[in-house]
Amino acid sequence: MTERTEAVEVAGGTTTGEPLIRLDGVNKWFGPLHVLQDVNLSVARGEVVVVIGPSGSGKSTLCRAINRLEPINSGTITFDDRPLPAEGKALARLRSEVGMVFQSFNLFAHKTILENVTLGPVKVRKEKPAAARDRAMKLLERVGIANQAEKYPAQLSGGQQQRAAIARALAMQPKAMLFDEPTSALDPEMVGEVLDVMTSLARDGMTMVVVTHEMGFARHAANRVIFMADGQLVEDAAPDEFFANPRSERAKDFLSKILTH
Amino acid sequence: MSVLVDHFDVFAGGFWLTFQLCILAATGALLVGTLVAVMRISPVPPLRWIGTAYVTVFRNSPLTIVMFFAAFGLPALGSNADFLRIPGLTSIFSRLGIDLPYFRFAVIALALYTAAFVCEAIRSGINAVPPGQAEAARAIGLTFGQNLRYVVLPQAWKSAVVPLGSVIIAMIKNSALAGFFGVIGDLSNSAQNLTSALGEPIIPVFIGVSIGFLVMTVPLGILLDRIERRRAVAAR
Ligand SMILES: Nc1ncnc2c1ncn2[C@@H]1O[C@H](COP(=O)(O)OP(=O)(O)OP(=O)(O)O)[C@@H](O)[C@H]1O
Ligand SMILES: [Mg+2]
Repeated sequence: MTERTEAVEVAGGTTTGEPLIRLDGVNKWFGPLHVLQDVNLSVARGEVVVVIGPSGSGKSTLCRAINRLEPINSGTITFDDRPLPAEGKALARLRSEVGMVFQSFNLFAHKTILENVTLGPVKVRKEKPAAARDRAMKLLERVGIANQAEKYPAQLSGGQQQRAAIARALAMQPKAMLFDEPTSALDPEMVGEVLDVMTSLARDGMTMVVVTHEMGFARHAANRVIFMADGQLVEDAAPDEFFANPRSERAKDFLSKILTH
Repeated sequence: MSVLVDHFDVFAGGFWLTFQLCILAATGALLVGTLVAVMRISPVPPLRWIGTAYVTVFRNSPLTIVMFFAAFGLPALGSNADFLRIPGLTSIFSRLGIDLPYFRFAVIALALYTAAFVCEAIRSGINAVPPGQAEAARAIGLTFGQNLRYVVLPQAWKSAVVPLGSVIIAMIKNSALAGFFGVIGDLSNSAQNLTSALGEPIIPVFIGVSIGFLVMTVPLGILLDRIERRRAVAAR
């Protein structure tokens, strides 16, 4: 089913040999619903992979399986050459190396933006609070919201909250970042500011798996586009190739729907 | 009504002892109840079972029976609950330290019984925290314990505080049973003494005892109303 391009020779991405993320024969059921069907995927270091597909096709589940927020039923997932550990300390350590950005931001509501960003470094990485704070401020500057550091999440706009969430994930100095529809909960005028941050991350060589319907981002920042439908990876191609020339009917149909408005 | 004036010291002493009992039992109930709530949501199945069994037993047994087990069961098992003779604590709550164990038994019974209700109030507070909060905490690598401590519980407290207050008010009222299980000199035992031993008239004595309880429960109730009203305004 999966049509994969062997080497990755696209979009100015700098990618190297050994995959950082690797899924082999992954299956996942929700009760009778087979949401991931024999999924094989590898993501190289520095690679940016955009996942698109119709609602309910299993994109979020795929994304969440990678840091085991969603356990799988069969198959293997390896991250940085290690299979995902079972629930416990080792899994917590692995999760700290994989940043995750959610559709609904999920900033800690009772903590300021700065505290949101320093919690992980201080509690998980045992960094000195002062050092964590300095680094957090730099990250907040990088995403353009340093002046909001002392506010609570509810006091920020959606776009600012999502940028704070990205800073929180980056504070763990992750080896890869997972984004699950990071801009779909945003008002249109705020989408750009979040995509800009993501694009700059991609340029800096971050390994990223991004579930999104932002085709502009897919074209400009991705090395590969994966099209999912009904729990299967239907296509796996370079963005130019995919958008110009989708091979499957499902993908053609999907693209015609989202590109016409 | 002269009994209220003549024996003011008895009422005041009874109030003070009941107050101490309530402070200690409430502290114990909050600690045990939080622990049981954490067990009930823990990823380890046996801990969940223990937590559920605890709540099932203590929430569904009459307090009188729990008091009975503490006052007669513990001595039968050879325990005088000496672990509660905590140095330092006994200098503030002197009854904790004395040889007669019934005050300690009452603290234990009241705390264990109330803990089941505390657990359920906290659990409902935990359920009110959006699941995305815990998920984000897991995603940055916090362990189960850190997640609870830094992310989930601080937010759960907020929605649990009003139901918790109601639990504590119920506990204060329940503490009246202590005087019937060997505790000497609390509000209810003082009332018994005044009426049966000293032959004071029943109605004024019990009015005095009621005032003693109301002095504790009414301010707590007003405080809860305040908190609730402030929440309602903030939510608007
Ligand atoms: N916790 C769950 N329990 C049961 N079914 C679930 C659960 N989570 C997701 N599903 C189902 O699994 C399927 C795949 O869900 P998933 O969220 O991965 O899709 P998606 O591609 O991300 O969709 P969307 O674009 O709407 O976000 C859907 O049919 C969904 O209803
Ligand atoms: Mg989704």
